[in-house]
Amino acid sequence: MTEPTIYELSSTGRVGVEYPLPDVPLTDFPVELLREDLPLPELSEVDVVRHFTHLSSLNYCIDTGLYPLGSCTMKYNPKINEETARLPGFAHTHPLQPAETVQVNLALMFELQEFLKEISGFAGVCLEPAAGAQGEMVGVMIIRAYHRSRGDSKRVKMLIPDSAHGTNPASSAMSGFEVVPVPSDASGNVDLAALKAICDDTVAGLMLTNPNTLGLFDENVLEVIKTVHAAGGLVYGDGANLNALLGIARPGDLGFDLMHFNLHKTFSTPHGGGGPGSGPVGVTKKLIDFLPTPVVAVIEEGSEELPPLYGFTTPKQTIGRVKSFYGQFGMIVRAFTYIRMQGPDGLKKVSQYAVLNANYLLSRLQGAYVLPYKRRCMHEFVLEGCWADAPEVHAMDVAKRLMDYKFHPPTNYFPLIVHEALMIEPTETESMQTLDLFADAMLKIAEEAHTHPELLKSAPHDTPISRLDEVKAAKDLVLCCWIPEDN
Amino acid sequence: MFIPHTQDETEAMLEAIGVKKLADLFTDVPEKYRFPKLDLPEALTEMEVLAELKEYAGANESVDDLVCFLGAGAYNHYVPAAIDSLLRRSEFYTAYTPYQPEISQGTLQSIFEFQSLIANLTGMEVANASHYDGATATAEAGVMAYHNFRGKRSKILLSEAINPQYKEVLCTYMCGYENIHIESGSSKQDPFTAPDSLIPQIDGDTALVLVQYPDFFGRVYDLTALAIKAHEQGALLGVIANPTALGLFKAPGEFGTDIVVGEGQPLGIPLSFGGPYLGFFATRKEFARKISGRLVGETEDGQGRKGYVLTLTAREQHIRREKATSNICTNQGLMSLAATIYLSLLGKHGFRQVASLCYQKAHYAAGKLGKLKGYKLVSSTPFFHEFVLQCPRPVSEINAMLLDQGFLGGYDLSKDFPTLKNQMLLAVTEMNNKDQIDALVETLAEVHND
Repeated sequence: MTEPTIYELSSTGRVGVEYPLPDVPLTDFPVELLREDLPLPELSEVDVVRHFTHLSSLNYCIDTGLYPLGSCTMKYNPKINEETARLPGFAHTHPLQPAETVQVNLALMFELQEFLKEISGFAGVCLEPAAGAQGEMVGVMIIRAYHRSRGDSKRVKMLIPDSAHGTNPASSAMSGFEVVPVPSDASGNVDLAALKAICDDTVAGLMLTNPNTLGLFDENVLEVIKTVHAAGGLVYGDGANLNALLGIARPGDLGFDLMHFNLHKTFSTPHGGGGPGSGPVGVTKKLIDFLPTPVVAVIEEGSEELPPLYGFTTPKQTIGRVKSFYGQFGMIVRAFTYIRMQGPDGLKKVSQYAVLNANYLLSRLQGAYVLPYKRRCMHEFVLEGCWADAPEVHAMDVAKRLMDYKFHPPTNYFPLIVHEALMIEPTETESMQTLDLFADAMLKIAEEAHTHPELLKSAPHDTPISRLDEVKAAKDLVLCCWIPEDN
Repeated sequence: MFIPHTQDETEAMLEAIGVKKLADLFTDVPEKYRFPKLDLPEALTEMEVLAELKEYAGANESVDDLVCFLGAGAYNHYVPAAIDSLLRRSEFYTAYTPYQPEISQGTLQSIFEFQSLIANLTGMEVANASHYDGATATAEAGVMAYHNFRGKRSKILLSEAINPQYKEVLCTYMCGYENIHIESGSSKQDPFTAPDSLIPQIDGDTALVLVQYPDFFGRVYDLTALAIKAHEQGALLGVIANPTALGLFKAPGEFGTDIVVGEGQPLGIPLSFGGPYLGFFATRKEFARKISGRLVGETEDGQGRKGYVLTLTAREQHIRREKATSNICTNQGLMSLAATIYLSLLGKHGFRQVASLCYQKAHYAAGKLGKLKGYKLVSSTPFFHEFVLQCPRPVSEINAMLLDQGFLGGYDLSKDFPTLKNQMLLAVTEMNNKDQIDALVETLAEVHND
């Protein structure tokens, strides 16, 4: 089933929204500056609503079922978040309004900064970064600014484990660092001997995801951090996997110097089919002055009669501004709502059950699938999606076949250090029954891989469209559609 | 609530794993730091949290309570009801980035349509799936220009009349690139200089010339000469465009622009105190492989059915790692959907109507305010829906008085441009009616007489 594009549905003369006629005397337009053609489609409201409703029906989403994308933390998105973020007092405030008219927005941001500090063990938090990758970039910029503020300009290397997300090296390169990969050892931890050999006074820092993308908590994390610190480097924590650590361990306590949070992973704000995310950054005391601008602070302490006065402040040695205004405020309201509903015990339970679910699923799948690192996992785990005795089957085929069983596939081909990786993160919001159904499907597929491999190779069979020609897409490069000529 | 497990199920699962209790799952965590007590407020129920947040939100003064004449990068436009109704379909908002095209055609096709609408609106050949906002899209234009010349051209030339926040963000991003510097238009004392005044500063070392259209002060200029001069020196011309203005004014592509970026918030996205918004990025096809961020392309499946996939992924961080064109991963998917629905709903007729209403109402307001005793319109150049008003007193004082009368006054330009004392940037949109404009004029007249 294919849906025509919005341009193909266009019909000359149709109107979707009417606006009032001008109620002011008219002024001439500067004719020489006007455009002649406005190539937008013409549709009625019904056309538009049906078109996007049809399109929506072609998507799989969390509300459809399990979405076990490793490292993406696709947990259920509470509906109440959508209500609170849309309250007109929040959604209809202009970012440049006088601070006294939006004290509540500032108070809420201040509170969320405080919550995130408490959860992570850091001394300062800035909510501005728009997404995880931007939070990372901010982290890397803070590391650079810190060293430079000490007159230490020889630190040009950023150490990145080979299991890290691709955004880590990309963010480092954007900030002018030379990326040095650090190997993992046989247990999936950072290879300590290799790390020690690399660490010298040219190292600016280490970007460490813990638990790492194998879903393993680094057993030597304290030693790893100590090693980098001893060489004068800072340790950045990639917060993508924070869902394993709420109330379990605080990165700040473990010795991390800074970290980003993903509100759209850990704190239940919806992923929106590719954003908006939100990537606040937390830092230890010595790095507070380098945070991006602005940070919300109490400008005047409150009294018994009066609440405190909140305002935006610029940290003394700030790395600067990284987006307009103050962060993804709508996401900040959602995350605030979530944390208020969880409380300290609820947050701990989130991580406990995220880890329980992952280990339960692992217990059901290991044996049928190769588990490259045989350890207890945290909130996610990585299997190999291939078998020596079924040589034609790849992880991609397992992923595609899962769709026929009505599940979203896990992340595949990541992390890069696992052959034919299937990275599975069930999250805490899935019941034992759902996990069992998923495990049953995975086991059946493992069996099919040996008995009927063609079923996997030609999958999916039961989706709106089958496997698409990606080579053609890149070669022909059709990136836009237009109003058809004959319309 | 959101964790479904019963006690029995939890026990059965622990047994299957081979541990006695939940705490046993965390033995890899150093004992000293394991299970910290979090000092956070105790949990609220849904009913309580909604009541609390309603009370909070109610204490703000929003643009529903105040008559808004404030713009400067975020604009109060009407958002048709159909948009949020569609955005609230969980098939859209609870889906991830469309990595598995067979079960993500809804997201992929809507991104493809977004790319198409933006390309058409800006007069360019290709557009990407979005950036975080107008400021970061602007910064990414700088990054692309840098890569286009493989770092061999070191100058980004900026008009002084661009949004000061965009300039700040561009500077933050570019400071990772050691051999590039940002040069502002030389007439720093006069931010109102026309874009053509940049021409003498364009040279063979210039990677990118960047102007805003309409500029930060609302003025609209023909950019043809600037484009020609930039191209003579082999430099790229980047234009930061307000999409609403493009409903009326020439598309930047008509001037020969190489990159068009901008803030998509005016396209059906609530003010929401500054975010989430939407950055758009359009360029010519020859630069498609240098664009940062996601791109959706059309293709077909084995049975010849048309479909859409993320394409040219070899540019991106998850494949190229440190050699990627950008680190961008999650962007503004749902916001680009809002803009796609907005542009589809308004279409050719409605979008031009909104742009015309903004233009007419702003000109009516400017005409009246410019005649007020003590006030003066600063520029006579054609403008779209924002204009600068010279006031008899500091803008902060005037705005405080306006606020008392229920108005959200214009932006105080002296905050960013020290030479622009007592100058206010006012924005008028289709949301402002004649009575409100007349009331503003009357109130400002009184302010002067006070």
